[in-house]
Amino acid sequence: MFDQQQREAGAALWRRPWLRAVATLSPPLLWFLVIYLASLVALLITAFFQVDSLTGNIVYQWTGSNFSQLFTQSVYATIIWRTILMAVLVTVTDVIIALPFAFFLAKVASPRTRQWFIALTLLPLWASYLAKVYAWINILSDKGVLPDIERTLGLPVTHLAYSTVAMWLVFSYLWLPFMIMPVYGAFERVPDSLLEASADLGARPWYTLRRVLWPLVFPGVVAGSIFTFSLTLGDFITPLLIGGSNANFIGNAIYDSALNGGNLPFAAALAFVSIAIMAVYLVVARFFGAFEAL
Amino acid sequence: MTPLATWVLRLFAVAVVALLLAPLVIIVLFAFDRSNVQTFPIRSWSTQWFSVAWHDGAVRSALWLSVKAGVGATVIALILGVMVSVGIHRFRFFGRDVVSLLLVLPIALPGIVTGLALQSAFGLVAVQLSLTTIIIGHATFCIVVVFNNVIARLRRTPDSFMEASSDLGATPLQTFRYVTFPLLRTAIIAGGLLAFALSFDEVIVTTFTAGAQNTLPLWIFGAIRLGQQLPEVNAVVVGVMVLTIIPITLAAKLSNGETSVKSPR
Repeated sequence: MFDQQQREAGAALWRRPWLRAVATLSPPLLWFLVIYLASLVALLITAFFQVDSLTGNIVYQWTGSNFSQLFTQSVYATIIWRTILMAVLVTVTDVIIALPFAFFLAKVASPRTRQWFIALTLLPLWASYLAKVYAWINILSDKGVLPDIERTLGLPVTHLAYSTVAMWLVFSYLWLPFMIMPVYGAFERVPDSLLEASADLGARPWYTLRRVLWPLVFPGVVAGSIFTFSLTLGDFITPLLIGGSNANFIGNAIYDSALNGGNLPFAAALAFVSIAIMAVYLVVARFFGAFEAL
Repeated sequence: MTPLATWVLRLFAVAVVALLLAPLVIIVLFAFDRSNVQTFPIRSWSTQWFSVAWHDGAVRSALWLSVKAGVGATVIALILGVMVSVGIHRFRFFGRDVVSLLLVLPIALPGIVTGLALQSAFGLVAVQLSLTTIIIGHATFCIVVVFNNVIARLRRTPDSFMEASSDLGATPLQTFRYVTFPLLRTAIIAGGLLAFALSFDEVIVTTFTAGAQNTLPLWIFGAIRLGQQLPEVNAVVVGVMVLTIIPITLAAKLSNGETSVKSPR
């Protein structure tokens, strides 16, 4: 009897696909609407509140003061520019390393080598984030591996830990695999015959590289840069652990005002600056066809 | 390409891989250093820091919290991730692209935005930060990992299998139980393993949703920041690394290069 009912229910569902669509899609969509989108809205609303300077409680009264503070105090302009500059620098560094490496993987290496190198690139991508940052502290600090090697070789000893250079190095290291993978995918999709045709038509290798390969690989580069950019923009841990005293990025400003300063509304306003930067970046990336290369 | 250029490129590639792996090797070596103060080269070897870490109550409770959060987030991500991928694959509807975009958003936007957004929402509705709030945060960005794996498998599976099943009189639940699920099984397991690894290692969102409690990554972060118990941190960090790499390797084997072990964020 029950079975019969179930089967009838099944037939009813089959005749009404929208019912099945609602049944399968509503739980996950509700999760995203009620928890994620509602949280983003909560963040936006919070950005227009203020903290009472005496009690430290949030005053639920509309005010634009967080944003006006952001745009009038030059400290924040400096922080925002510093963050964007670091993100650009890290992205460019990773592009410069990833391009020849991915080209080698896709077009030069034997299938066996390729498999191994891809596995060895994915390993650090998934290895614990904190483990990697901590490893770099052990490498760069004054008693670390790098100064030790330099001393043994009789080279001048570098003091890189707790500096801007250290942050640039560590960020570039951390996000490099995120750049390599989409760039490699882009190279892999370029048929070899295209390069041969270009050579047959008399193009020198450099010309083929510039006029045939680069335009085809560019969307992959933009796709990778979405990761390198967004990850640099939202990180406060690497600057805190290896950046030293001048490691003040948007992420750190958010972290400080939200968790140490108890000023959640101001942190929310800052978070919207990074959302805005990412939104602009994504629109531009979409224009360059990066979404197909993701 | 000239042989010289090929060799230069090959050397460069080897150098890049060496650079990518060197920090991981160094951290593993340091974990076996007997000394209190890390110095290079390592003089005497020992496994004592692993045992110190294992018997440290703070590390234990952090590990336990991380495991609970990872399991909880993985279970939710699996259920919702499978539902949304089956739904998106099966049905054409208005706003389908928006749904795919929505799924990626928690990993496309900086993690700190997700973390802070959840914290403000919990604050507005006066929810105390707890294990539940950690799980909610982790599940939100883990769903997309399951989705990526399952949808890739669905795209390679002919729809006619499911249609044949209902033609033969199976209810939708029976079709899912006996046809769809067995076809998706390895993709679902791979997605679940990746989700667990992602959750187990997450720091940024967790910082905002954990309140006063420590997950293992939060304990590590705190210890490094204060510069305390550093030899122990080495051992814990290697433990976390092993515990994330094992599920990833298994997942890669199960999905056989079909999808993205490539981009966790």
